[in-house]
Amino acid sequence: MKLIEKSQYTVLKGNYAVAHGVRLARVEVISAYPITPQTTIAEKLADMTATGELKARFITVESEHSAISAVIASSLAGARSFTATASQGLALMHEMLHWATGARAPVVMVNVNRALAPSWNIWTEQTDSLAQRDTGWIQIYNESNQEVLDTTILAFKIAERVYLPTMVVLDAFILSHTSEPVEIYPQELVDEFLPPYEHPNAINFDDPRAIGAFARPEYYMEFRYNIQKAHEEALRVFKEETELFADMFGRKYDTVEEFMLDDADYVLVLAGSTATTAKYAVAQLRERGEKVGIMRIKLFRPFPVEDVRRVLSGRKKVAVIDRNVSFGHSGIFYMETRAAMYGAKDRPPIFGYVAGLGGRDVRPQDIIDIYEDMKRREEPENIIWKGVRV
Amino acid sequence: MSWAWVEVKPNENDLMHPGHLACQGCGATIAARLALKVLGRKAVFVIPASCWSVIDGAWPQHALQIPVFHTAFETAAIAATGIRAALDMKGKHDVHVVAWAGDGGTFDIGLQALSGAAERNENIIYITYDNEAYMNTGIQRSSSTPLGAWTTTTPDERPEDKPKKNMMEILAAHRVPYAATASIAYPDDFIRKLKKATQVKGFRFIHLFSPCPPGWKMASNLSVRSARLAVETKIFPLYEIEDGEVYTITHWPKGLPVEEYFKLQGRFKPVLKDPDRLAYIQRYVETQWEKLVRLHEASHGYLPEEARATIRSAI
Repeated sequence: MKLIEKSQYTVLKGNYAVAHGVRLARVEVISAYPITPQTTIAEKLADMTATGELKARFITVESEHSAISAVIASSLAGARSFTATASQGLALMHEMLHWATGARAPVVMVNVNRALAPSWNIWTEQTDSLAQRDTGWIQIYNESNQEVLDTTILAFKIAERVYLPTMVVLDAFILSHTSEPVEIYPQELVDEFLPPYEHPNAINFDDPRAIGAFARPEYYMEFRYNIQKAHEEALRVFKEETELFADMFGRKYDTVEEFMLDDADYVLVLAGSTATTAKYAVAQLRERGEKVGIMRIKLFRPFPVEDVRRVLSGRKKVAVIDRNVSFGHSGIFYMETRAAMYGAKDRPPIFGYVAGLGGRDVRPQDIIDIYEDMKRREEPENIIWKGVRV
Repeated sequence: MSWAWVEVKPNENDLMHPGHLACQGCGATIAARLALKVLGRKAVFVIPASCWSVIDGAWPQHALQIPVFHTAFETAAIAATGIRAALDMKGKHDVHVVAWAGDGGTFDIGLQALSGAAERNENIIYITYDNEAYMNTGIQRSSSTPLGAWTTTTPDERPEDKPKKNMMEILAAHRVPYAATASIAYPDDFIRKLKKATQVKGFRFIHLFSPCPPGWKMASNLSVRSARLAVETKIFPLYEIEDGEVYTITHWPKGLPVEEYFKLQGRFKPVLKDPDRLAYIQRYVETQWEKLVRLHEASHGYLPEEARATIRSAI
């Protein structure tokens, strides 16, 4: 009997899928502070550590700032470390997100996408994680609870190969609190995929070092260059590890997912669980003979420029649907997609749509409306608001 | 013109080497050197933004012969907690994890994480080397700045008008197993307390008085003398609190007038020109001291003979 055949099939909410991913990754130090809709991740991991199902220290801190600070330190001291948060919590961590990257701490964090206040809003929106774009974290977006579990495991593998912190992102409620069938892999198989963690600069009394010491202008820039090189390496590592993951676990992920794109003239670009809705809408459009497909962005940092160019070049039109906004400009995936396509051959016009902020539903009809609107328009616009009452 | 060369050789047993970047007469370097004599090589220093972020040296240099972990301003207590957690998970229980923070990183921006770690009774040693202002940024007031002091943000025209925050009472309220004040001018007392701290499990706190010649506007050869006068004037008493309840004064001061301490330092120039304020501060110091003596008495059931001489009013 192959190991994979020992998998258990169950029904899990997205947050519990995260917890099982963390358990299977044999995380050693966890620190988290409660925030809706992340809370049930912390609760489940507290249970797992209390019962001994997961042998880890759970540090119940007094803020998200301390949660991330604790796991950066424990990661650099040689223990596989994890935290999870959302929205305000992620914003509070901001200073330490830069720190994690600069210190090369391969921490894994799950962020449950939630809108920022005010007004208070606990529902899904991607602006919280995308606003951390320039902190140097690897960012991976997810569409289903199975993908969340798989990506949590993958995240440790990738982070620990390139020594970069990695953020696994899922949508509030639509994934975090919705139950879906999930395959939970046997521990032995995950152990084969993910070896024990070591940090080359972990505390060593025979070779005492100062970690994170100040660097003068003659050195600082080289540290920054090395981080960029690590991100470039992370793109290759992501490809390798998703290949290996597919061989071992039977599920293939890529930097971008291509859906009904073979002969598509029109492409909808989006990320996260809205892609499921869009796939349903696109299938309907296909029945009507529309040549439309989807490119779902999974890997946001490092940004998969080559894959985006390969998929989008030569199409007639592209619409990017953003569940986020960078005020004063446009949706953020739109901005990134356009930047990647600048200078590409056969570059199609790209239209920017903002929809579903603060958890407002994005329904199949909304996707169809966006598709038809794009088809009708001649000149691309940076920001077209879908479903806003003005 | 001739030059006098002094060859500086590091002592093999000294875990702090020359070549660090501190100012002349820096109390915080005396503090670290003494601390490492007790802690030995199996210790990690966690240093938030503070003078010591600089003192240890710019990358790739490093003056301490133990691992140092630099961290953000408000995170000394929690970063130490994280390191402790990782070492415990790896079975390395014989290491002292020491948060080594200034007064700003402790009394002000680091207080939240410090409170969290103290309340959870994390198994770390937290030492604050207190120079009573933000010295690394160039002498701005902190909540540790004493009544009457000049800083660049409490100028002579409006010197500090609030007493120093009482960190020891805050720690006592957390019921931590061990909290103590100490001073670089009393190395025996500091070393004894730190040794005691290393033998206790749980959260241990040492409030270490550490003069800053440039920040206090005094000559660099006055660090130890000023630190001694702070104790002998009862401005900075030496004591310890066990389990948040048992108070023990470890040195009975001479009870010199506060002026003796103030007049060494340019930062107290405005107070020395203001007799009313000076008298107020003297009264404040006496009141605080009496409270402490009563706590000692309540903890032990009696007062030693030398205690009585330190109290102006009859007990």
